[in-house]
Amino acid sequence: MRLHIDWTACDGRGVCTELLTEMLTEDDWGFPVLRNGDTVPPPLDGAARRAVDRCPMLALRLVT
Amino acid sequence: MTDALWYFARGSGVVSLLLLTVVVALGIGSRSGRPAFGLPRFAVSLLHRNAALLAIVFLVGHVLSLLFDPYAQLRLLDTVLPFAGHYRPVWQGLGTLGFDLLVALVGTSLLRHRLGARVWRTVHWLAYLCWPVALLHGLGTGTDNGTWWLWAISIACVVVVVAALAWRISPNFSRFPARADRAVAPRLRPHLEEVK
Amino acid sequence: MTSVVEQVERRLLAGTGAAGPGRLPVLDPSQIIGMARDAGLTGRGGAGFPVWRKLTAVAPGSVVIANGAEGEPASGKDRALLAYQPDLVLDGLQLIGMAARAGTAHLYAPKAALAPLRAVLAARHDRLPVTLHAAPDAFVSGEETAVVSAIGGRAAVPSDKRIRTVDKGFLVQNVETLAHLALIARHGPGWFRTAGTADEPGTFLATVSGAVRRPGVVEAGYGVRLGELIAAAGGPAAELRAVLIGGYHGGWVPADPALPVSRRALEPYGAAPGAGVIVALPRNACGLSETARIVGYLADQVAGQCGPCVNGLPRMAGTLADLAARRPEPGLAAEAQRLARLVSGRGACRHPDGTARLVLSAMRAFEADVAAHLNGRCLAVEGPR
Repeated sequence: MRLHIDWTACDGRGVCTELLTEMLTEDDWGFPVLRNGDTVPPPLDGAARRAVDRCPMLALRLVT
Repeated sequence: MTDALWYFARGSGVVSLLLLTVVVALGIGSRSGRPAFGLPRFAVSLLHRNAALLAIVFLVGHVLSLLFDPYAQLRLLDTVLPFAGHYRPVWQGLGTLGFDLLVALVGTSLLRHRLGARVWRTVHWLAYLCWPVALLHGLGTGTDNGTWWLWAISIACVVVVVAALAWRISPNFSRFPARADRAVAPRLRPHLEEVK
Repeated sequence: MTSVVEQVERRLLAGTGAAGPGRLPVLDPSQIIGMARDAGLTGRGGAGFPVWRKLTAVAPGSVVIANGAEGEPASGKDRALLAYQPDLVLDGLQLIGMAARAGTAHLYAPKAALAPLRAVLAARHDRLPVTLHAAPDAFVSGEETAVVSAIGGRAAVPSDKRIRTVDKGFLVQNVETLAHLALIARHGPGWFRTAGTADEPGTFLATVSGAVRRPGVVEAGYGVRLGELIAAAGGPAAELRAVLIGGYHGGWVPADPALPVSRRALEPYGAAPGAGVIVALPRNACGLSETARIVGYLADQVAGQCGPCVNGLPRMAGTLADLAARRPEPGLAAEAQRLARLVSGRGACRHPDGTARLVLSAMRAFEADVAAHLNGRCLAVEGPR
């Protein structure tokens, strides 16, 4: 599974970077940066789903 | 038994107002992007949602107890249609209106992944209508209006929401004040005309 | 910029007289897809995606769009093509319309290019009627999803690509790509492959500008030597310092006349032929100043939707401007490279990626200039020591 960010929707609120610190960090303006690509490792499946669910801008999606 | 219903109705109404105040403050806090109230951002967002769900539970209790209370004489219709009641129709109507608004807010929030961000956000602006309506309803109706403790609670609620709003419009509300606004460049806005 | 100059190869720019390209044969979808595949035709808008794969992916009843928006200031080949060979473009649009069993066809181009096209369209009797749309005069307005958005009456801004454009029922092709397809339908894939290289067959239109004697549009096969392209544009007007290939989203390469202009040969420089933009930089011009000017323009041209681009490109432009102005801050080049990597891949379109590519190539190509600038000197002014 891959984490997809819709950049036209993302507002850099920072919820995903808290819920998915293993995959995401923040840039100079608070927008998420993928640390090592967009592939979600199986142990982070649940955290990724929570990040998708809690994104206030609905900018995150899990795609296969 | 009827006294118990009456006390429960009043108590659950006050608890709902307190919860809604917390929901509004946390909602504003979650918009900041800063860890608000000493909580991480995702916790602010979760608490905001859970407090709203709890407010619904108390409001349902509030309405049910009034439906079965012989003194209030609330009809089923009054729980949905505002300003149609017999007992202080305006003040009671505000309660009905607030309840309808809250159901819309929570309903669209639970379905937001299906409705899309635009519909959800538009409806969510109603929160700024829902909260004052609930506050006025509490002040104007019921047995407790004019009591010092209801005034104290109401004033405390107003202070919390006003403080949150003041923070919202202050320049250091955003975590990244230097961040540029995202807005579609005017040169790309639709101005195209079909030539044929 | 739209003047057509001497050609290294004459195909698209051949029949500009009364002779015309001849009658378009009637073909079925599988024949059109097959000939596009056999010819190895790739998109000429910049990305270079194989045409047959898009044709295969698109569902029947889709909307086909000829894209002549060409927002790149250093490019003039699409405008030249629409002015000199509109029938080839419109033939190509009919062909992809047939291949996609399309219900509607659109042509999207700058307003100035549309008026003459109306008369051309009126004289044709196309099976699939074509609607003309004016493209806003902006860098990103020709991006595939921006084109679809503009055709739909919305802002000409790129959108999220979780679902491919062809899967949304839109087939967008650059006007030059369509003109090539129209020629392939007449002369066959084998003929198409007689120009270019085995990996990258066919010709392309190049817009050559900068320090050349006769700037304009030139046609050549992929793999053509850089020197031949520049010679076709009248030859260098001065000794050259470097050449920008692929346009404002492209990369700086050494002014080596023997360098082949093909994807494969340009890859080591982080460049690609792209939409065929060639800008020659004279010896007495500063590559850092020119890059700073271009990045400033690109930062100004952001669509305004994606946070990393809206914030990152102006910051990158500021860093490049400081570097060009010889501000003595040792970290400037490293900061420019950090920002370039930071914005890459983080937008709905490739605008941040393309800008980053240009900046990274400039830091490589003008390494000596960077060192001089940080010491308050400029090689373009002083000349080499």
